[in-house]
Amino acid sequence: MSDSLILERAQRFLSALRHCQVLGLTVHAIDSQRLTLRLPYSRQIIGNPETGVIHGGAITTLMDTTCGISTLCVLPDFEICPTLDLRIDYMRPAEPNKDVFGVAECYRVTPNIIFTRGYAYQDDPEQPIANVVGTFMRMGKGAQGDTELKSTAVKPDQFKGAIDGGKA
Amino acid sequence: MSDLIQPPLNLNQLVQAAHEKNNYDELLELTPYAKLLGIECLRLGDDMVFRIAANKDNIGNPILPAIHGGVIAGFMEHSAMLHLLMFMGAPHFPKIIDFSIDYLRAGHYRDTFASCQVWRQGRRVANVAITAWQTTRSEPIATARAHFKVDES
Repeated sequence: MSDSLILERAQRFLSALRHCQVLGLTVHAIDSQRLTLRLPYSRQIIGNPETGVIHGGAITTLMDTTCGISTLCVLPDFEICPTLDLRIDYMRPAEPNKDVFGVAECYRVTPNIIFTRGYAYQDDPEQPIANVVGTFMRMGKGAQGDTELKSTAVKPDQFKGAIDGGKA
Repeated sequence: MSDLIQPPLNLNQLVQAAHEKNNYDELLELTPYAKLLGIECLRLGDDMVFRIAANKDNIGNPILPAIHGGVIAGFMEHSAMLHLLMFMGAPHFPKIIDFSIDYLRAGHYRDTFASCQVWRQGRRVANVAITAWQTTRSEPIATARAHFKVDES
């Protein structure tokens, strides 16, 4: 799969996630090895009003999303991969008024599970603000949602089609 | 520093006033991120229960639809921080050291609750376990644990 196709898929995937749009997440870079997303600094994600430092939850959302979408790098077809678990170690506090970049890669893919790892940084990737590991479950291509219950829900086939863009 | 920063807070005073009035809105409104997610706080006797109401802006899976895993994690992390602030008399916001979450069930598009258990509070570090649920407490959607640095002076 070409890098430009992966980029298109990542952008479509991200744009379908409402909360990621609220935070303003964008795809910074992606290839078959790793994905980098950007979380812009904003007042709404401040976690410590005494310092203006952003909330760990915003970094967790950035890293959960980065690790989750990095599965596109290793899967030939889009699959829904819910997070099984995620661990974040904070190396140093984020600095206020600066964007955060989240980088993730899949380092082991099995028929059922994808193991991912990554880090978050601001100025220097060598000085990460957080290290992350996350485990994701592969649901295959036919994962079902509560389409009976929620009329607003997107049907799985529609969603997969929207991400894949009809190309492989 | 920028004009975003508020003057020094007397957190102890705010916490005490909140306990007395049994109204935690002022404490929650201090943190923009808590307002973004819509975190609320209810006191049930000696227990503190945190809640986020169903909110379309928190959705991260359009198929189910389900709440973004990061929102659930951020909600649980903030619940733990508030829990420490409320019961431990810390003069500043506890700072997160690490956070680990297990997702047990999909967090559907409905109200979500969380409660915390402080397993250990030392002079410098506190260990907190957090449980989040939707329909019944005995069927959690996620469990998490976190370490916070609490020795701020």
